[in-house]
Amino acid sequence: MLLLECPYCGVKAEETELTPGGEAHLKRFGPGSAPEEFEAYMFARKNPKGVHFERWRHAYGCGKWFLAARCTATLEVFGTYPAQCPEPPPELVKKIKAKRPNWKGWK
Amino acid sequence: MQRYSVFAIAREALRHHTGWERAWKSPEPKAAYDVVIVGAGGHGLATAYYLGKNHGITNVAVIEKGWLGGGNTGRNTTIIRSNYLQDPSAAIYDKALQLYEGLSQDLNYNVMFSPRGLLMLAQTHHEVRGYLRTVHANLLQGVATEWISPQRVKELVPIINIDGPRYPVLGALYQARGGTARHDAVAWGYARACSAMGMDIIQTCEVKGVRSENGAVAGVETTKGYIACKKLGMVVAGHSGQLADMAGFRLPIEAVALQALVSEPIKPCMDVVVMANTVHGYMSQSDKGEMVIGGGTDGFNNFTQRGSFHHIEETLRALVETFPMISRLKMLRQWGGIVDMTGDRSPIISKTPVGNCFINCGWGTGGFKAIPGSGWAMAELMARGEPGPLAAEFSMWRFKEGRFIDESVAAGVAH
Repeated sequence: MLLLECPYCGVKAEETELTPGGEAHLKRFGPGSAPEEFEAYMFARKNPKGVHFERWRHAYGCGKWFLAARCTATLEVFGTYPAQCPEPPPELVKKIKAKRPNWKGWK
Repeated sequence: MQRYSVFAIAREALRHHTGWERAWKSPEPKAAYDVVIVGAGGHGLATAYYLGKNHGITNVAVIEKGWLGGGNTGRNTTIIRSNYLQDPSAAIYDKALQLYEGLSQDLNYNVMFSPRGLLMLAQTHHEVRGYLRTVHANLLQGVATEWISPQRVKELVPIINIDGPRYPVLGALYQARGGTARHDAVAWGYARACSAMGMDIIQTCEVKGVRSENGAVAGVETTKGYIACKKLGMVVAGHSGQLADMAGFRLPIEAVALQALVSEPIKPCMDVVVMANTVHGYMSQSDKGEMVIGGGTDGFNNFTQRGSFHHIEETLRALVETFPMISRLKMLRQWGGIVDMTGDRSPIISKTPVGNCFINCGWGTGGFKAIPGSGWAMAELMARGEPGPLAAEFSMWRFKEGRFIDESVAAGVAH
C-alpha cells in the first residue's frame, strides 16, 4: 500500500485517496509543434525501473495535484512536493542520491 | 523429438514411464547464432518457432533471464478472442485465434485450447452502441461475432444477474470461437517444438547489454557471456523499455502491474468466458473448477509484479454484483504481472533505430491471446527484414506519424 504525504494539506494519504497522473515534469507542446515534439509530450515516457517522478492528485482529500518521487522497483516513496516546482527540490534529489548511489539523476 | 500419441502412452505404460525424454534441451549458449530472441515467454518462443517453420531459420537461441514462460505467459487469465474494432488488430488477433485452433496438432502438444465462447457484456447504452459497431466491423473483417439479447446471455450463463441495480445487462457481444487455453502448455509446446528443430533455449541467462557496430546489432552481453548474433529480437514485455535502453533507443511504453486471482475450485457452473468492461471484471472457470478472475491495471508505474489490494477489491465487487453466487467463494491465489502499455493500447512489432534489431512489445493486458499471431508476424519481420501485412501497421513510429490503432477508445478500458 502506498502512502504519500500531500504537500498542501499535510495528510498522509493512502492510495485509495489518490489518483495517479503519470510522469511529472513533462514539457508541453501546443499547436504548430513538430511531430517529434508531440510524440515526446504525449507518448515518450522515461518509464524507469527505479527512481521515478510522477504526478498524483489528492482526489478524495484537498483535490490538488502534487508531485512525488518514488521507486518503481521497490515502491519506496522518497518524498512529495508541490506541483508548481519546475524540477525536484534539491534536498529531495540529495536524499535520493544518498539512498540510490547509482541513480543517474532526474533528467 | 519423440512424438506424443496414444501409442506412446501405451508403450510407456508398459515400461513404467521410463522412456519419456525431456521436452526440451537446456544447452549452454554457443558463441554465435543467426538469430537471438530475448525472452522465452509465449511471444518469444512463438517467434522462434515460426522462424524455423515458415522461414527455415533454425540457428536460433531464445534466452530468458528467469524460467521459461515464467513472466506474463504464466500470469494471465488465458482468455482468447479476436473481436477487435480496428482492422489491423482484428487481422492479427484472428490470425492468432486461427492458429490456436490447430495449435495442439501443429505442435504435437496439448495446449488445451477450449473454444467455449466469449461474452462481452454491454451494461450502458454507450456500450451497446460501441459493441454494435464492433459487431458490424467484425462482419466486414470476416471475424464471426454476434450481438445477443439479455435473455440469450442468461441462457448461456445461468449464474449471471442480468437485472443488477446499477448496471443491468443490456445485451452482449458474443464470439462463439473465443475461449481459453492452458497458458503454460502454450509456452512448453512451443519450447519443445523449437528444441526439436535444433534451437537452443537458454534459461537463467539475463541480458546485461546490447552491443552494436556501425549502427547494426552485433550481439548481447549476458550473465552467461557474450553471444554474437546477426539478428536480434526483443520480446520481453514489461522490461522492453530497459532492453531498448541498452540498445540505445526509447519506446513509447509504460510498465504497470496487472493482477489476477483464482477462487477455490467448485463444480462446473459457467462454460463461457464473461467480460464486463463497465464494472471492469472478467471471469471464466478453469478445468480444475477455479473461477479465474481479472480486472483493470493498477494506475502507476510498477516493476514489482505485485499490485494494490484495493484493485482486487474493486474487481471482486464488480463481479459479485454480476454473479451473486460467487459472494462466498474464497479466493485462493492472487498474482501480478508487469504489462507494457502503449499510448493507443496496441502492440509494437517493428524495426528499430538499430539495424537488424527488431522489437515485439506493447501487448499490454492482452498478450496471451495473440501469441501465435504475434510470433508469426514477428518471424516474418525478422526473416525478411521488412514487416509483412500483419505487422505493417504496428510500427513503433506510428506515434510520431499519428497513425494510431486506437483500441483504448474501442474497448473503453484496457483489455
